[in-house]
This record gives sequence, C-alpha cells and structure tokens, in this order.
Amino acid sequence: MPGLEDLYREIILDHYKSPRNRGELATPPAVSAQGHNPLCGDEITVYLQLDGNTVTDIKVGGSGCSISQSSASMMSQAVKGKSVDDVKAIVRRFKGMMSIDTEDDSPLPDVKLGDLEALQGVVKFPVRIKCATLAWNTLTEALAEAGQS
Amino acid sequence: MSTSSVDWKAVRADFPVLQRTIDDQRIVYLDSANTSQKPNAVIDAMADFMRTSYAPINRSAYRLAAEATDAYEGARGKVQRFINARKPHEVVFTKNATESLNLIVDTWGEANLRAGDAVVLTHMEHHANIVPWHMLAARKGIEIRWIPLTADGQLDLTDLDRLLDGAKAVSFTAMSNVLGTITPVARICAAAHAAGAIAIVDACQYVPHNVTDVQAWGADFTTFSSHKMCGPSGIGVVWGREELLDSMPPFLGGGNMISDVRLDGFSCAELPAKFEAGTPPIVEAVGLGAAVDYLSGIGMANVRQHEMALTDYALRTLDARYGDGITIHGPRNIEVRGAVLSFAFRDIHPHDVSQVLDQKNVCVRAGHHCAKPLMRLLGVNATARASFYLYNDESDADALADALDGASDIFGL
Repeated sequence: MPGLEDLYREIILDHYKSPRNRGELATPPAVSAQGHNPLCGDEITVYLQLDGNTVTDIKVGGSGCSISQSSASMMSQAVKGKSVDDVKAIVRRFKGMMSIDTEDDSPLPDVKLGDLEALQGVVKFPVRIKCATLAWNTLTEALAEAGQS
Repeated sequence: MSTSSVDWKAVRADFPVLQRTIDDQRIVYLDSANTSQKPNAVIDAMADFMRTSYAPINRSAYRLAAEATDAYEGARGKVQRFINARKPHEVVFTKNATESLNLIVDTWGEANLRAGDAVVLTHMEHHANIVPWHMLAARKGIEIRWIPLTADGQLDLTDLDRLLDGAKAVSFTAMSNVLGTITPVARICAAAHAAGAIAIVDACQYVPHNVTDVQAWGADFTTFSSHKMCGPSGIGVVWGREELLDSMPPFLGGGNMISDVRLDGFSCAELPAKFEAGTPPIVEAVGLGAAVDYLSGIGMANVRQHEMALTDYALRTLDARYGDGITIHGPRNIEVRGAVLSFAFRDIHPHDVSQVLDQKNVCVRAGHHCAKPLMRLLGVNATARASFYLYNDESDADALADALDGASDIFGL
C-alpha cells in the first residue's frame, strides 16, 4: 500500500493549516459557484472577480478534508492574476495529473503547476481524487457563470 | 447459552473475509453499521441451494420447484420467528429496508393520508425514513413533524403527546446509525396508538444486534435489511400487521402478486404474494434464513451482551487515551446505546481520519451516514464512525485507539 507520506506532503498540510485566499467576494460584481463532495461532506464556494479576460481576484470558502481544502488553496494561488486562457490550461493540466479523462484529446498544455505538483500522490489513493478535483470543478462552473466557459 | 460460554474467537473464525490480511495486517472491520460480513454458514447455504435445489418458487408442479419453494418459504418462517411476528405471511420480502420504507409510504401512506394530515418523524432518522415522506408531502401536502433530541443524543419526548395530537403515523428508528441511541420503542408505539396513529419502526440497526419482538413492541410496521445481519445484500423485510397489509393497495405490479389479470383490470393475490411482484430474491432469501439460523445459534441476547461490554470497553479506552481530544456522540449509558460510535478526533477531518486508519487496516466510515439533518444538528458536515458486531472484540477497539495516534502524528495536532 502506498505510504501516507505520498498523500500528506508538507506543502499540502501547510495549505490545509493556512489556506490562502479564504473569504468571500461581493456578487455581483464577482461570480460564485458552489460544489460539494456527497461522499464525505466536503463543501467549496469559489468567488471569481474577472476584469476583462483576467482573474483579478479569487476567494474560496467552505470546509472539508485536508485534500479538498489544500487543493482549493493551491488552486486559488495558481490562478490569481492569470488570464482566463491560462486558467483553463492550468485546469486541464491539473486534471491530467489526476488522471481524469476529459473529452479533449489534445496534448496537455505545458504549464507549470508549482505547489500543485504535491497533489500528485493523490492518484495513488483513488478515493481521494474527487476531494482534490472538487475546487477545480467548482472553478470551472464559476468561469461558466462569468460567461467564460 | 450464557454469553461467557460463547467462544467469540470461534465466531470470528466463521467469517472468511476477516481471515484475510492486507499488506500482512489483519482486517479490523469496524463498519458493520454500514454492512456486515458473512459467515461460512450463509455463504455455503446459498451456494448449496444453487447447486442442488434451485428452481422457480410457487409456480411449478415439479418436485425440484417444491424444494425451492420450501427453502424460500422456510426462510420466511425463520424471519417470522426471529422477530416474533404472529403469522409468516405478515413478513414481506423486499430488496432492502429502504425499499421497505418506500413500500409503506407509497401504499399505506398513499391510501390513508390526505392534505394536512401529520406524520411524526425524528431528528435522528436515516434518509430512507425521511426522503419518502418528503416525496409524499410533495404529492399530497402532508405535514411532517419532528421529535427533537436531548443534549446527549436521545429522543426528547417532553412534547411527544403534543406532536402526536392529530397525527396519523409516527415513523422512527429503533437504534440510530449515527449516535447508537436505542429508543423507547414500546413507549412510543403505545403513545402513537393512544393518539390514534400507527407506529412504523425502522429497525435496520436494531434487529441485527438485539432480541426483537414486534408484538411486544406493539408496532404496526417494522423494516430491516438482510445485509446488516450477516445475510446477503439484495433482500430486506417489511413486517406489518395482517389487518394493515390486507387493507393496503399493492406496491409493485406484475406477476406473482395477482390472482387474476384481465384486459380490463386485475385482482391482487393474498398476503404475502400481494407485495412480492416478479421473481423474488430466492437465493438471497435462503441466505437470510441461514443468517437467522446462525444468529439464533449464538443467541441475540448474547450478541447484545457482547456488544454492550465491547462498547463500554471502547468508550473507556478512547476516553482514557484521548480525553478531550475525542468527542464521541450519543448517550454514554450503554443500556440505551448500541455499538455504533460516531466521533470527532482532534479537529482532523473525518475523511483524513479514515484515511489514516486505513493504513492500519482499520475500516471505519467517514461521511454524513445518510443522516444530513442530524449532522446539521451536531454542527458538522461529517463524522467518522466505528461500529462493532459479534465478530469484533477488545483487540479491535485497541487497534482503533492505536491507529488514531497515527492521525495526530501526521497532522501535528
């Protein structure tokens, strides 16, 4: 069985204990989307502020396990200040790392994931993949809310 | 047979899955409230039946079919005696307890309840005893009232008479799958009848772990599942008083539940066939019958004693080890609780707790346990839940306590 040190890497625990970008944004002008993991009770709300094509601000609310919360925190860090196109590339790259099949067969964008690489260990614990991707699916919904799908 | 003369180690040896190791560690199975492991007696009974006597039931005139019918109806009789029902045809086989509860709501409820009629539930109910009533409310405009809980997770019956005033039914759990609380079933059934209401008892967690007597309860309906009582999945029971079942319209329509079908209509079969449409879970019924035999051989009073002692040990061990670091929900008085322990551990999310326990092969459930209203009342999204059964012993409680230490190590709390 893979060791838990593969799953609970230091960066993950750091983001869990000190999550970045926690809070809310007024909607409107921001948009928000909610997601939850029915299996274990993880809940996420993602608030997105877009200025033209750029994510100028992002906040994350909700509660849940260390994987869902740290993934949300790292996600918020990775996408803040990026263009929508860059954000979509990061989402695809991350889902690819999680071995999620998408309809898109084109090669994965060459995008740096930074801290997010730490979540690679989740793939060895398939039950937790939904925890890791929860914030990302919610982010995608928020982008759709903003008319940017 | 007194509980001290039951060889509980020999009981555990009856369960083949528990003889496995994963990564050289034994399996500490603490999720029986979710589903129970199966003894060889049940597995063999089902396999033997399929190897020797499998045939249609109740329909065919050949001897093989008679054998199969005897096995199927024999299982019904075993269940009847296990719960002390008056007649075997008051025992109806369904797919599981959830289907049983839906059957009651969709037949008794549909035929007897009108807009504005009140049904009383409790705050500790499983979704299977909430959602069908919500669905009925959307169709018919019935009112749902709720029995609240005390601070230690028992039913608060202070206002019971007021809640029952004018109500048509009370539907409640005999034992909570989250808190372990055993409710005063007979008292509530009596109060219901005094108010002119019927009493539906969800006994899913109760029947596998206690002596059950539906007549002593004074219940009108009782529901439970085979897979939680050492039997196979795919079969459950609804027991109902004969007069009630006779007065209800059928549930599912099709073969077996009819006496006549014409181009312009149909008429129903007698009990229990009236509520058993189509080919039933024949092999599963044989398995359930074997599970009843197996449990009866050990004695349900012995099972209950064993679990009370184990619950007491687990509570004391976890308290002594972790003190304020662990919050165990539900009553502390083991006279009114079963061996279901939902807990919060040191601010570590239940999902992470169960992950860490899995490293030591300690199997617990993390989530809302199909009781989201109760979770909200407890102020949490989820809990971790350890549940014990006849094949567990003190070494399993020790393994749980030891494995929890690992969670503290990783999360530095």
